[in-house]
Amino acid sequence: MSKYIVTQNVADCIGCRACEVHCKEKNNSGSGAFYCRMIEVTSTEAPLPRIDFVYLSCFHCEKAWCVDACPTGAMRRRDKDGIVYVDKKSCVGCKACITACPWTVPQWNPETGKVGKCDLCMDRIDEGLEPACVTKCTTGCLSFTTPAEASQTARQAFAEQLLQNRR
Amino acid sequence: MKETKYSICGMCAVRCPVTVQVENGKPIWIEGNSHDGGMGRSLCAKGGAAFAQRLDRQRPTAPLLRRGQRGEGEWREASWDEAFDYITTRLNPIIAEHGGRAIMFSDRGGPFADLRQAFVKALGSPNYINHDCTCGRNVHHASKSVYGLGRKDFAYDYENARHIVLFGRNITESLKVKEVKSFLRGIKNGARVTYIDPRASVTAGKASRYWQIKPGTDYALLLGIAHCIVANNYYDTDFVEKYVNGLAEFKAFLTPYTPEWAAGETGIAASEIETFCRELNEDRPKVIIHPGWMLARYRDSFHASRMIHILNALMGSIEQPGGLFYPKGPKDAGKSGLKSLAALVPAVNEERADGCGSRYPQWDKGAGMLQTAYEAIDSGVPYPVKAYFVHRHNPFIAMPDTKEQRRILDKLDLIVAVDVNFSETAWFADVILPENTFLERDSILRTEKGLKPGFGRRQQCVKPLNNTKAGWEIYVELAKRLGKGDCFPFNSIEDIWQYQLQDTGLSVSDFEAKGFVKLSDKAIWFDRDKLKFGTETGKIELVNQKWEAMGVPSLPPYVAPEGPPEGSFRLLFGRNGYQAHGMHHNNPILCDLLDVNKLWINTAAAKKLGIKDGDQVRVTAGDEQGTIAAYVTDLIHPEAVFMLHGFGSDVPAKKRSFGHGLADQMFMQGKLKEWDKAGGGLNLAECFVTVTPV
Repeated sequence: MSKYIVTQNVADCIGCRACEVHCKEKNNSGSGAFYCRMIEVTSTEAPLPRIDFVYLSCFHCEKAWCVDACPTGAMRRRDKDGIVYVDKKSCVGCKACITACPWTVPQWNPETGKVGKCDLCMDRIDEGLEPACVTKCTTGCLSFTTPAEASQTARQAFAEQLLQNRR
Repeated sequence: MKETKYSICGMCAVRCPVTVQVENGKPIWIEGNSHDGGMGRSLCAKGGAAFAQRLDRQRPTAPLLRRGQRGEGEWREASWDEAFDYITTRLNPIIAEHGGRAIMFSDRGGPFADLRQAFVKALGSPNYINHDCTCGRNVHHASKSVYGLGRKDFAYDYENARHIVLFGRNITESLKVKEVKSFLRGIKNGARVTYIDPRASVTAGKASRYWQIKPGTDYALLLGIAHCIVANNYYDTDFVEKYVNGLAEFKAFLTPYTPEWAAGETGIAASEIETFCRELNEDRPKVIIHPGWMLARYRDSFHASRMIHILNALMGSIEQPGGLFYPKGPKDAGKSGLKSLAALVPAVNEERADGCGSRYPQWDKGAGMLQTAYEAIDSGVPYPVKAYFVHRHNPFIAMPDTKEQRRILDKLDLIVAVDVNFSETAWFADVILPENTFLERDSILRTEKGLKPGFGRRQQCVKPLNNTKAGWEIYVELAKRLGKGDCFPFNSIEDIWQYQLQDTGLSVSDFEAKGFVKLSDKAIWFDRDKLKFGTETGKIELVNQKWEAMGVPSLPPYVAPEGPPEGSFRLLFGRNGYQAHGMHHNNPILCDLLDVNKLWINTAAAKKLGIKDGDQVRVTAGDEQGTIAAYVTDLIHPEAVFMLHGFGSDVPAKKRSFGHGLADQMFMQGKLKEWDKAGGGLNLAECFVTVTPV
C-alpha cells in the first residue's frame, strides 16, 4: 500500500463516470483501457432498489504482484511514497503484470502496445495537487487521503451519526 | 506560457462554469470553476471529454455544401465566402417572393439565444423556435396557468428541504452538477426523497421511497395525493388563504379521486399514498415537488405538472428556504440588466407559422412549437415556409418519426445547419456551417439568475483547430451580407459585450478575475407577506379563467391511458449521466464508456416471452424494427420497456457510433402529430412496441 489511499463515499456516488473520463483525459490511457472504473452493483429486493457504484482502481500494494512479475523492471514502486507505476520506456508489452495482478488492474493500451495503470497522477501529487479523478469528481464522493486520515474521518462521521440518532 | 481562463462549458444544455488551463496555446486541463462555491472543481464526464471532442476529426471541420441528394452524405468542402454566398443567393429570392416570414430557425434555447433571436428578427421573420416541444413546454405552460410565471421563474433549494418528491425527474443522471450536489447535501441533511418512475433510475437508488408507478398514470396519483391533502387539511391554510384562488372548486373536483381510487389506477397502495401525505404535512413548507424538467411524455403531462404546481402552493413552499424560490435577476439587486441585442432590431408583426399566440392562443410566442411549424412547412398554411436554419439542434432524433420529418423538411428550398457535430439533422441539410467547439468560441454575455444574481462570460480559451467559426461571427456576417448590418453594429465580440454591459456600470475586464460578476453579496429573498404572481388577479389560480377561455380546462376529469395491446409494451427512453441528447455518442472518450444501448424489460414479462438476460430481441412498431440485447430486470414496470436515447445513429461519418444500438424515435411512427393539447409537449411516451425473441 502506498502511503496514500483514495476512498469513496458510496452514498454520494451517482455513477456518472466522470472519474473514468477525467482519468482517461489526463492519462491518455488508450481506447478500452480504464485505470479506474466504477463498478455498478444493483439489487432489486423490496422495498427499495439498491443501485450502487464502487470505485475500483489500483491498490498500490505494499508487495505488488505486478512489480514482482515484470521481467524488465518497467513496473516499479516509488520509494518515497509507495506508488506503483509503469516506466513506459522499459515496458515491452509482455502483459505478465496483468496476469500476475489478482484484480487484473494493469490496463492494456492497444495504441502504444504497452501497459498503463493508475499512478495516482503522481505528477499532480508532486505539485501538491490531487489525482484527476478525485479533483473533479462530480459529487465530491472521492477523497485523496491516507489510511490514518481516512479512518479518522470515517470514525468522526459515525460518531456524529450516533449523536444525531440519539437526538 | 501557462494561462488560466474562466469560461462556460458547452457540452450540454446545463452550461456549467469552468476553468481551463492553457499552455502555449494548447488546452491542458479543464475543471469546474471553483470561484462558484456550488460548483467547486467538479466536472461531469461530458465536460471532461471536451478536449477529446475538439481533437475529434469525425466532425465538420470546414463549411460543407451538399453534392448529392439530401441525406446522401455527399459533401464538398467550401470556403466560408462560398458558403455564405450559397446561402444568400438562395435566401434572397425566398425573401423576395415570400417575405422574411418564410424563414424559420430552431435551436436549443438557453442563455445565449438573444443573438440568434436578433438574427431571425432582422430577417423579418417571427419564426424563432427552440427545442422545448420535446422538453419543458408542458411544465412551462402549466406553471403559467397556475402562477402566471414560467417554469424558469422557480428554482429549488434542495439542500435545506425536508422532503424532495420527484416524478421521474432523474436528478442523478439528467445531470446538472450544482443541482445534484445540492440534492445530495439535502439527503445528508436528512431530507426524505420520494421517487416515482416506471423505471428505477440511479435516482431511485438514492430515494427513501420508490414507487414503480404504472406508466402514464402520474396525473391519477397526483389527484389521489391532492384529495388526501385537502380532505385532511394537510396544507398551509395561511398561505392558501392569502394567495390561492379556487380552493372550493378544487375540493369539489377532487371528491371522487380518493387514494383508494388512485391505487386502482396507478398500482400504488392507498395506505402508502396516505402515509406519504402525512409526511408532507409534517415536512411542509420545506417540501419540493419537482414539476418536471423534460416532460414531453404523456397526453396529460401538462395536467400532471399543473397538479404538482398546485401541490407546491398547498405546501406553502413558495419563496421558502427548503422549498421553491424565485431566481432573482439584476433588477432585484437594484441593478440594470444586460442590453438586449434583439432590441436593436425592428419589431416583426407577422403571425407565427407555428400558430403560437394565434391558432394556439395559450402557447407562448417566445419559444414557438416545432411540430406545428412542421405542419406549416407541409401545408403552406398559414403561409409558405421555405428556409430553415437549425442551430446545434437535432430534431431528427429529438422529435418522433424521423422518416416523416425527412418527408416534410424535403419540401424546403434551403436547410442550413450550424453545428459542432454531424447531427442526424445536419446530415440532411444543404449547407453545414461548422461552429467552433465551446473551448474555441466566445459567446454573448449571459444573465445568471439565482439568489445572488449576476452575469457570466464564455470566452475563447484556445484558437479553433479547424476552419470553423463562432456562432456570433456566423450570424453577424450573414446578417451583413443580407443587408441587415445596421441591426448588428459590431465588429468584434468585445463590441457586443460592451453594448450588453452599457447600462450596468460594469466593463468587460470585470469578468477576468472569476469569469462571472455577482450583483449581490447576500442571498436575496422576497418578503413572503408580499408575494406577487403573474396571473391577472396576482393570485395563484387553481382554476384559471383566462386559460379556460382559451380552451384549456383547469381541472379536467381523469382519463385512464390506453394500455399496451397483448404482447406489446410502452416504449420509454431516457439518458445516463455521461451521454446526452445524442451529441456525444461518437466522442472518442464517451463512446468508450458505452457504445450500444440495451432494452430494459421486466423479469416476469421477459419470462413469459422466453427472453433471458442478454438475449438478442427484436423490437417492432409498424414497419420499423431492430435488434437489441435485452436487460432483464425488476427495475422496470411490466407494462414498459426502456432504452437509452441517442443511439442508432444513421450518420456514417460518425464511425464510432454509426449503427450502434437502436433509436427510440424511429419507433414513434405517426407521433409527430400527437401532443399534449394543452401544453404542446410531444407525447414521447405514448408509443407501443412489440418485443420478440430473435
